[in-house]
Amino acid sequence: MTAGPAAEATLTQPPARRRVIVQLLRNPQGALCLAFLLLVVVVAATSPWLAPTGPTTTQLSASNAPPFTGGHLLGGDSAGRDILSRLMWGSRQTVMACLIILGVSVVVGVASGLVAGFYRGRFETAAGFASDVVMALPGIVLLIALYALTGPNIPVAMTVFGLLIAPTYYRLVRNVVLGVRNELYVDAARVAGLADLRIVGRHVLWAVRAPVIIQSSFVLAAGIGIEAGVSFLGLGDPATASWGTVLQNSFDGIYNNRWGVLWPALAISLTILALILLGNALSDVLQSSARSRTLTPRARRAALAAAQQEDAGRRSAPAGSPDDIVLSVRALRIAYPSADGEIREVVHGVDLDVRRGEIHGLVGESGSGKSQIAFATLGILPREALILGGSVLLDGEDLLADESKMRAARGRRIAYVPQEPMSNLDPSFTIGKQLSYGLRAVTSLDAGEAREQLVGLLDRVGIKDPERVMELYPHEISGGMAQRVLICGAVASGADLIVADEPTTALDVTVQAEVLELLRELSRDRGLAMILVTHNLGVVADLCSTVSVMKEGHIVERADVETIFEAPQQAYTQELLSSSRSVELMEI
Amino acid sequence: MTQPTNATRPTDKNPPRTTSTRPAHPASAADSQQELLRVRDLVVRFPGRRGRSTTVIDGVTFDLAARETLSLVGESGSGKTTIGRAILGLAPVTEGTITFCGETISNISRAARRRVARDVQVVFQDPYSSLNPAMTVGDILVEPLAAAGVEGGRARIRELLDAVGLPADAATRYSREFSGGQRQRVAIARALALDPAVIVCDEPTSALDVTTQARVLRLLKDIQQSTGVAYLFISHDLGVVNSISDRIAVLHRGRIVEVGDAHQVSTAPRHDYTRRLQMAAPVADPKKQRERRELRAALLSAAEEEADAPPMAQH
Repeated sequence: MTAGPAAEATLTQPPARRRVIVQLLRNPQGALCLAFLLLVVVVAATSPWLAPTGPTTTQLSASNAPPFTGGHLLGGDSAGRDILSRLMWGSRQTVMACLIILGVSVVVGVASGLVAGFYRGRFETAAGFASDVVMALPGIVLLIALYALTGPNIPVAMTVFGLLIAPTYYRLVRNVVLGVRNELYVDAARVAGLADLRIVGRHVLWAVRAPVIIQSSFVLAAGIGIEAGVSFLGLGDPATASWGTVLQNSFDGIYNNRWGVLWPALAISLTILALILLGNALSDVLQSSARSRTLTPRARRAALAAAQQEDAGRRSAPAGSPDDIVLSVRALRIAYPSADGEIREVVHGVDLDVRRGEIHGLVGESGSGKSQIAFATLGILPREALILGGSVLLDGEDLLADESKMRAARGRRIAYVPQEPMSNLDPSFTIGKQLSYGLRAVTSLDAGEAREQLVGLLDRVGIKDPERVMELYPHEISGGMAQRVLICGAVASGADLIVADEPTTALDVTVQAEVLELLRELSRDRGLAMILVTHNLGVVADLCSTVSVMKEGHIVERADVETIFEAPQQAYTQELLSSSRSVELMEI
Repeated sequence: MTQPTNATRPTDKNPPRTTSTRPAHPASAADSQQELLRVRDLVVRFPGRRGRSTTVIDGVTFDLAARETLSLVGESGSGKTTIGRAILGLAPVTEGTITFCGETISNISRAARRRVARDVQVVFQDPYSSLNPAMTVGDILVEPLAAAGVEGGRARIRELLDAVGLPADAATRYSREFSGGQRQRVAIARALALDPAVIVCDEPTSALDVTTQARVLRLLKDIQQSTGVAYLFISHDLGVVNSISDRIAVLHRGRIVEVGDAHQVSTAPRHDYTRRLQMAAPVADPKKQRERRELRAALLSAAEEEADAPPMAQH
């Protein structure tokens, strides 16, 4: 069995993986909230032993006692009951109410959401209707009406509230499942012969885990508010202590004991606050996709200074004869911070000149840094990227040094044709709107002129019936047409240079041939310069006049297209060529 | 519906696995000619808006023999992927039949489909979304084994990883830690896990760059040689297809326009559409590519003239 060469068989070091709980504890906000909530639960569990008195023990001397008197830390209420003890006992009811709400709403909401999202059909219609109806019901009013039926019964009231809040889980879970059920890995699991229950358990449930956990902390916060509110309105059992009843009692006696209201109010608001902040911390931990991190300004400056010191020794070659060069990249160095805090350089001092009318191919495998150069010339590198040095010169002016010059050049002088045509069109606007918006942003045309010019250009890029296509939305056109639309947008402003990042990789060969033909014609007719980033040597042979071969952030070979294909000097270029020729038709 | 009778399955598995309930069979010359998969008059329609339906596949018939690689080629929208999905039970079969070793596998119950899983597997196009990012490679590979009730999973996983050229410690890593080519190797290992007779390869290399593409194609060939698996290979690139196929079927608008020996179809195509497809694939040689480009332009203008000639043709 032939394994791939070392490059493919060896694995990179795995990024540090930490468990969610560890990450949460390292987040100060998460740790603090978690500690506070743990305290509430511990107090609730141990109050029969820890509380100074029972929940209903009255002591006449303590009635309306201010805080810190006679062994009553938080004072006493109008009936002479110790407020601290009542709050401690009351936390039992709060915790129980929370557990009921959470249990009922998660079981009902998540289960129905999973079934509706995975199987759809009639169940989804019925469940969707039911959830709409339930969400329209006013919760508190319903709970008050329920009181007439059940009397003061917090568990029943909380169960009903759990049912009322279940639709939030239902909607959340259903939407996530709808997305996941179309994932190829779910199809693969089906083909592998997994039963539906297993697919849901293994693949679908994992996807809904994070949003459900985050939602839960917000539901718990709402639950505490509802439980306290219901008790405060007097719908709870007056015989048992709860934060709501303590608040109500203290509120009734507010003229006799001003401090009494503070304690239950604090307990309720702090717990709700802790839950909501915990929810935010959880969503930071669970939903962050942060593999690479943005550097702090200080680390950024340090890295730049170090790079400049390195650069001081060497001088890059001066640009060639300036008159016909459109764009000149000099000693460009790009780096990314990696997960372990190191700075990893992905482009090591690259020089690149593009002349008028030249189509310059930038070839290499994925990870060779070819797209990074393209993005740098457009000033659209990701935020965490670090330009360690070098310049991008347009008419002798360094675009990297001056953000405003870059902004002035981008879209006007330098245009971009992306790899994925579909994801580069906004699905909520028609083709015509997007094109004229882009064109009018960089020119002084009015709407009518812009439209007229664009219709002409759409016709030029080979779109039949351009007037009709202007009124279509992106989902109504094919991938090949979308790429033509984007090319039209790129040339509309009269740019001198087009940066095309794998412009045909997402297209099939037939459409690819047509798009390549179009790019060739545009370059010839308008004297356009082009940087074509691709891994496909067939495309290079078809379109390019000059080729730069990239490997691991260096340009290893550069020559005109005939020389590269007929007499490649570097072993790497030869390897690329032989791989390419092994999978193509050489016969004519 | 009965389970496909495995006794008729022509496979030779190097060392017969004791864990398998299936008897291993030595291959013979006669066996290799036997057809495994038979698709007859396949029609797939998807319901559209306002009661109108779109016919994606319009009467497609072909056979796939053991140890054979049959490729389906066509441009996007030609229905090639849908045929693969219909065979895998992921797309509805409106008319026609698909049989595997004589047993119908189109429109069967979910339970019956799960039994087919042992014999018909898949490698999808996109190695990024076809592997669950939350699972380790080991868990991904053990999944089909567990579903089929095969024991001794861990040893089998080492065997599979070795077969696709990945180190044994890959099993404990998450798929997101791998490159595109490595992920596709994992997907191939998953397809191989149950020793299938047929693997549907749905553009397995089109998301990969050229060096990786060549390596993955070589791996697929090597696997075929050692396990005797048959491939239904789906691609839009006649070049890729030519390097791996025994036979090629060219698909255009849901119909097969040409089918034949791989060499013949890719070098001396009979149908005009195949000719255009052939000329569309660029070659890594500027001079030859220029000639091909001119040939393609000539073909296209000829086709246009033809279309223009009878004024009734357009509607």
